[in-house]
Amino acid sequence: MTRFLIPLGLFLALVVFLAVGLRLDPKEVPSPLIDKPAPPFSGTQLHDPSKPLALADMKGQVWLFNVWASWCVACREEHPLLVELGKANVVPIVGLNYKDKRDDALGWLSRFGDPYTLSVTDPDGRIGIDYGVYGVPETYLIDRDGVIRFKQIGPVTPEILRDRILPLVRQLQG
Amino acid sequence: MIRRFVVLVTLLLPLVAMADTAVPVAEDPVLEQRLMVLSAELRCLVCQNQSLADSHADLAIDLKNQVRAMLKEGKSDAEIKAYMTDRYGDFVLYRPPVKGTTWLLWAGPFVLLVAGLAALAWMVLRRRAAERGATATQPSEADLERARALLAASDPPSCGD
Repeated sequence: MTRFLIPLGLFLALVVFLAVGLRLDPKEVPSPLIDKPAPPFSGTQLHDPSKPLALADMKGQVWLFNVWASWCVACREEHPLLVELGKANVVPIVGLNYKDKRDDALGWLSRFGDPYTLSVTDPDGRIGIDYGVYGVPETYLIDRDGVIRFKQIGPVTPEILRDRILPLVRQLQG
Repeated sequence: MIRRFVVLVTLLLPLVAMADTAVPVAEDPVLEQRLMVLSAELRCLVCQNQSLADSHADLAIDLKNQVRAMLKEGKSDAEIKAYMTDRYGDFVLYRPPVKGTTWLLWAGPFVLLVAGLAALAWMVLRRRAAERGATATQPSEADLERARALLAASDPPSCGD
């Protein structure tokens, strides 16, 4: 009987490892930026390129920094949720229009709705590199002191918004 | 005569068409060489099983340009790797540093090897001990007597009739 127990045990251990491995998403690379000061940026605003926007302008607020592009298919998935969140006026959302053309971006916003309090452009992806962006959409939650508290890689889902982002927003605002 | 001439010209044609040596694309081959070595050590985050050097993803090209710019500024390899890990974490390095969270990654194969050798040694020793035990215990005189009686009682083995 014990002859079979050892191989059976090894097999079960293998099954457990494989089962856990299947559930992990290799695309989700833990960001080293969590609990670190948000990298400073300065760019021009999407709606009015003559107006600048820098990280310092958001100091003192809890805000979401959402990286998106008109060519990004997954951004469409999360967009209705962001529009809804924008209407609710709970937390300011700043859009980072990543490696996009201005006309495309503006067209996209007028078609699907504009949830952003402010929008900054990053035509050559420099701000994206500083924020460790490797797949749009990505969303950062930044606190009053300019520290990144949460990062969502990929589309924000209603569950993540309800269970992770909004409680943290309330906690940081309170 | 004309035929010979045509053949000769045809044979000489490849000499005219001889290729020139490739012109280096970059203005600074030494720097490009360093870029290649360094970007082979960095992982492309979009297609995760490729290095920056292999990848043609948009982000990989941007990051390669960034590395190239930093090399031009005279930054060291360590500084560039630090720049990358500050943004993308240790994951961006194909050879992550040995530290608390990565020791299993580095030591794991050796731990498995030692465990395997230990299991093998244990089994070999156990089998050897079993063999030695089997030869060491002689059958008792009573058992031998019983065996002889059985052999005498049974018919001699018949050979296929």
